[in-house]
Amino acid sequence: MRVNLTVNGAAQAVDDVWEGESLLYTLRERMGLPGSKNACEQGECGSCTVYLDGVPVCACLVAAGQAEGREVRTVEGLAEGAPGDERLDPVQEAFAEAGAVQCGFCTPGLIVQSHDLLERNPAPTDAEIREALAGNLCRCTGYEKILDAVRLAAERKATR
Amino acid sequence: MDFLRPATWDDALAAKAELPDALPVQGGTDVMVEINFAARRPAALLDLTRIGALGDWDTADGRFRVGAGVTYARLINELGARLPGLAQASRTVGSPQIRNRGTVGGNLGAASPAGDAHPPLLAGGAVVEAESAARGVRMIPAAEFFTGVKRNALAPDELIRAFWTAPASGPQYFAKIGTRNAMVIAVCSFAIALHPAERRVGTGLGSAAPTPRRAPAAEEFISAELDWDGCGPLPEPARRRFGELVAAASAPIDDVRGTGAYRAHALAVLARRTLTWAWNDHRKEARRCA
Repeated sequence: MRVNLTVNGAAQAVDDVWEGESLLYTLRERMGLPGSKNACEQGECGSCTVYLDGVPVCACLVAAGQAEGREVRTVEGLAEGAPGDERLDPVQEAFAEAGAVQCGFCTPGLIVQSHDLLERNPAPTDAEIREALAGNLCRCTGYEKILDAVRLAAERKATR
Repeated sequence: MDFLRPATWDDALAAKAELPDALPVQGGTDVMVEINFAARRPAALLDLTRIGALGDWDTADGRFRVGAGVTYARLINELGARLPGLAQASRTVGSPQIRNRGTVGGNLGAASPAGDAHPPLLAGGAVVEAESAARGVRMIPAAEFFTGVKRNALAPDELIRAFWTAPASGPQYFAKIGTRNAMVIAVCSFAIALHPAERRVGTGLGSAAPTPRRAPAAEEFISAELDWDGCGPLPEPARRRFGELVAAASAPIDDVRGTGAYRAHALAVLARRTLTWAWNDHRKEARRCA
């Protein structure tokens, strides 16, 4: 089937989508957007987190057909500026600077979820950060550097 | 496989009547797991997310009518103060991303014995509004809705339109055993609701039997035992007996998440604990009113 959706601001039509296919598969395998990672395929790990109509969700649990007419924003769509001259979002910068990235597999999902947290709550407490990121698993960092990164991003956004 | 996208509720009922094997999908947090793991290949997916009316809730006859498409996140934010037991259970569902998509309607459709919404729906006396194109609306009490492991009382041509439940008329609590605070399927869970005007206590057990269920003997015992007028303290023997009766109402199995013996023991503890919280709240409230 054909699915029409807007991804990172661009309206697109995707053909040959299987009816049982997840939005994650469509993004990665049909639209050339491998930023959202495919790990658990059951909503346990958060590494496929994307915005769907402005709300962070696990793309692996959205049927591609449910995205018809909707707006999707992936980690690839967080940087601002013209292609070739993009500026990373403060959350992305903070993750790189704080050393919140080791193998990097969980990073895109954590960045989208942290981005949403700071949009809704610009100065979260540590408990609020932990609660917001409870559905994003990281097996490398032990999470401390990730918490540092979110705190750093909050500071940066506040002074921008 | 077909992918059906009805734009209206009537279209959805017509589609379900024409193709009873179509599997309704709302937030996808259960359905898509089964599809992703090739555990299920339904004749069609019936996407209900385009039907705006399912995402609404309102009040009628002093009760809330909550559409099958209202997410856990919205339920917590918009109805949490008036449905505290269900809100507590909703906060324990999955993660923020899951709560942004998952719905009580979907929980009822999946009818897992471990569904987090079920115990507070049972304790609060909720009613499921089901509908078919051929026979119209049918109201099914939550206590009659669960018929077996992942089976419910819906006919093949019926869809869940909403659930109905009264705003809390007294303290409500939900407690759940799991290995961490997030992303946990209940080892077992328990909900309690005090209905002081009726001098009645409602209960709901989760992950403790083939279906979510009430503990009627425990409800009757403690409703008669509580000092509703004098608001006296909860006698320790009554507290203990209530826990025993709740455990006796369970029929838990041994599985990867826990043993049956552990579940029965934990249920007694959760029942005593939540009863104590609820009764203490009620006493505080009653003292203010006196």
